[in-house]
Amino acid sequence: MSGGSYYVPDQSRFPIFMAVSLFLLVMGASSTINNLDDPTSNSVYILYSGFACLFLTMFFWFRQVIKEHLAGLDSNQLKQSYVYGMAWFIFSEVMFFAAFFGALFYVRTLAVPWLAGEGSKGAAITAIELWPAFESSWPVMTTPDQGNEYDLADKSMAWPGWSKALLWLPLWNTIVLLSSSWTVHLAHLGLKKGNRKKFNVYLGVTVLLALIFVGLQALEYYEAYAHYGLKLNSGIYGSTFFMLTGFHGFHVMMGGFMLAIMLARSVFAGHFEQHDHFGFEAASWYWHFVDVVWLMLFIFVYIL
Amino acid sequence: MSAVIENHHDDHDHGPAKGITRWLYTTNHKDIGTLYLWFSFAMFLIGGAMAMIIRAELFQPGMQIVEPEFYNQMITLHGLIMIFGGVMPAFVGLANWLVPMMIGAPDMALPRMNNLSFWILPFAFFILLSSLFMEGGAPNFGWTFYAPLSTTYAPPSVTFFIFSVHIMGASSIMGAINVVVTIMNMRAPGVTLMKMPLFVWSWLITAYLLIAVMPVLAGAVTMMLMDIHFGTSFFNAAGGGDPVLFQHIFWFFGHPEVYIMILPAFGIVSHIIETFSRKQLFGYSSMVWAMLSIAILSFVVWAHHMFTVGLPLAAEIFFMWATMLIAVPTGVKVFNWVATMFRGSLTFETPMLFAVAFVVLFTIGGLSGLMLAIVPADFQYHDTYFVVAHFHYVLVPGAIFSIMAAVYYWIPKWSGNMYDERLGKLHFWLSFIGVNVTFFPQHFIGLAGMPRRYPDYALIFADWNMVSSIGAFLFGFSQLLFLFIVIKTVMGGKKATDQVWEGAKGLEWTVASPAPYHTFSTPPKVD
Ligand code: HEM
Ligand SMILES: [Cu+2]
Repeated sequence: MSGGSYYVPDQSRFPIFMAVSLFLLVMGASSTINNLDDPTSNSVYILYSGFACLFLTMFFWFRQVIKEHLAGLDSNQLKQSYVYGMAWFIFSEVMFFAAFFGALFYVRTLAVPWLAGEGSKGAAITAIELWPAFESSWPVMTTPDQGNEYDLADKSMAWPGWSKALLWLPLWNTIVLLSSSWTVHLAHLGLKKGNRKKFNVYLGVTVLLALIFVGLQALEYYEAYAHYGLKLNSGIYGSTFFMLTGFHGFHVMMGGFMLAIMLARSVFAGHFEQHDHFGFEAASWYWHFVDVVWLMLFIFVYIL
Repeated sequence: MSAVIENHHDDHDHGPAKGITRWLYTTNHKDIGTLYLWFSFAMFLIGGAMAMIIRAELFQPGMQIVEPEFYNQMITLHGLIMIFGGVMPAFVGLANWLVPMMIGAPDMALPRMNNLSFWILPFAFFILLSSLFMEGGAPNFGWTFYAPLSTTYAPPSVTFFIFSVHIMGASSIMGAINVVVTIMNMRAPGVTLMKMPLFVWSWLITAYLLIAVMPVLAGAVTMMLMDIHFGTSFFNAAGGGDPVLFQHIFWFFGHPEVYIMILPAFGIVSHIIETFSRKQLFGYSSMVWAMLSIAILSFVVWAHHMFTVGLPLAAEIFFMWATMLIAVPTGVKVFNWVATMFRGSLTFETPMLFAVAFVVLFTIGGLSGLMLAIVPADFQYHDTYFVVAHFHYVLVPGAIFSIMAAVYYWIPKWSGNMYDERLGKLHFWLSFIGVNVTFFPQHFIGLAGMPRRYPDYALIFADWNMVSSIGAFLFGFSQLLFLFIVIKTVMGGKKATDQVWEGAKGLEWTVASPAPYHTFSTPPKVD
């Protein structure tokens, strides 16, 4: 709470542009999804134009914020607003993942056993009547309806045992992502000591590791689809597996993209000072957050 | 709180821009507050029109004016529009107008994002309403959109519904982040946490709830989208999922959501009762603690909406007691309001009338809530009109009365003009009678067993339904009077003084009426 004056920006066109972009985006997305089996539908172009407008607006908006920052318009108090804002944004992301983890815990510990007849009431009795053959296990390889509606998988992504541990992609992914959290921290230390070269190099390594992670994850999905028969529609195991890892992967891409921008800003424009670099810090917080989510995934989706 | 303004002249560098761009590009918290409030009023009228259709159909038993299919779309849209378009944006609008002025801040912390959180809302509701004209009609699965009604059996427009909910959620999250950051970072020196006006406190807690649960709602609709279009089986037992999972996720959002719609009302009513009792509010700190405990408890009571879906006995008992526990802090609040009025020099201007009615009628809603919280009783009441009566008592003479009270209370500060007291009182009495005539009989028909969400009913329910419909028309049309009063006040009227109300305390009453475009560009000194 400083006594100085707080920078209140003048009128701005960015928000309304962004609102229109989002409108195009969701209209495009909804109609594309509703017309998935109609090859003549053009809705996907609305979706693309929404994306394009969104990226453009964000580009110019952030550019403006950076310019204001370089012009010294933002007081320490405003910087503090960004700090709080980012922290609460990450909290909202945590809660988004919490919904999917909650779903995972619920089906694993309650719904699936009930479907196999555990307990004595409601769900259990209905399930015994409908699907007497279903047996509870996790990963669920055979769905209650024995794969009538669903494409059953042959193999899951679970821990393969020590003998095959080194061939197990999730382990490598964990190593890659944990090291990237470490390298981004090293980059931060470098910046704080005023060592730009160290900052650039370690940030570059972090972005590279992010790319490797996304590559490995793509490989894993390919294996799942091509060799394990494990798909989004393989019943509840496939649903939770792909949605949790998919949203995480998507966040890795966003975080990696943010870090890449920070790298570009440092390398090409010489941005960030020893004591003043919240843009980078925000991206690195996000990165650590993505890392923690992965650890949860590794434990609860892959190992246990 | 007493305040000394150091330099009262506040030379404003510039006023508002001219024309439509003022509203499109604005970063001013007062402009954005005004936009939110008018938007919410428009949604209130649209949602209200749908309620009129519903009550017209229920005026008599038998099918009269709409098809059952359309009836379902009406109840769904009515609920969604009133909650996400009416009540929530109204509170965000009030937060925009009041929070910066109450804590002595020049504006909201992140003004451009503030504009964005507003302007995506009209688009979201445009999408939602346009679903009425789509093939298969608008969403018809109720505002709670339970799977599999909203997945396997949903009309194609559900996809549009899902994305519009995403946008509403994004708007709420950004709005809430803005409020939290403003309150944490922008208080004038001397405005410590325990000196903050209660409306600010109530919004700090509300914003925290919003940031915690709106993403969960986003998760729920995302799972729906995947189940409908991409073959996942979150809510399909045949694939190992569970439709009840939907209800858990939904109500994990949904119960805190009902507190999101009532906590700011608590804040508003505390201010108004304090002012018109001309006394200090009784038990300030217990008010804060009560709101905090309500907010925390609201995360562990969600399954009281699901007592009849077949939960394990232990869960039923846990959620029953946890729910009843909420009555304790709620009771503290009601007690404090009454104690504030006790031996005060009361006057009953329109805001006070609405606030007192709030205390009484909200308490009726709280008591029916307690009845619903009793598991064996809820087996009878669940999905009957008794539940409808309960939540309308907490939402209409609760949340909505508090919004109207707030408008009457602060509109002199916003517009510089006093509203017409005679018309205001008329509006109050029409609304008060209308709301009770509408919803009180619903307790009776609910206890007698009339199920909710059907366009037709058995003959024994006919009399009370007709009474209820008459009350609804009265209430509905009285709101046009409200619209008239607001417009009349904005256009002109007796000039308001700076303090407006004799007993009013707080920083917002120290600035001119109407409040200048920029207030507190340099923070005031508060002790
Ligand atoms: C003492 C406080 C309260 C208690 C004990 C309570 C309890 C309950 C219970 C047990 C139900 C479920 C009834 C059923 O479906 O069978 C319910 C429904 C509901 N309550 Fe409350 N409630 C309280 C306060 C509130 C407040 C403050 C609000 C909103 C401002 C609210 C809004 C609702 C709504 C919207 C529903 C119905 C949702 C639906 O099924 O569509 N309640 N309440
Ligand atoms: Cu509830």
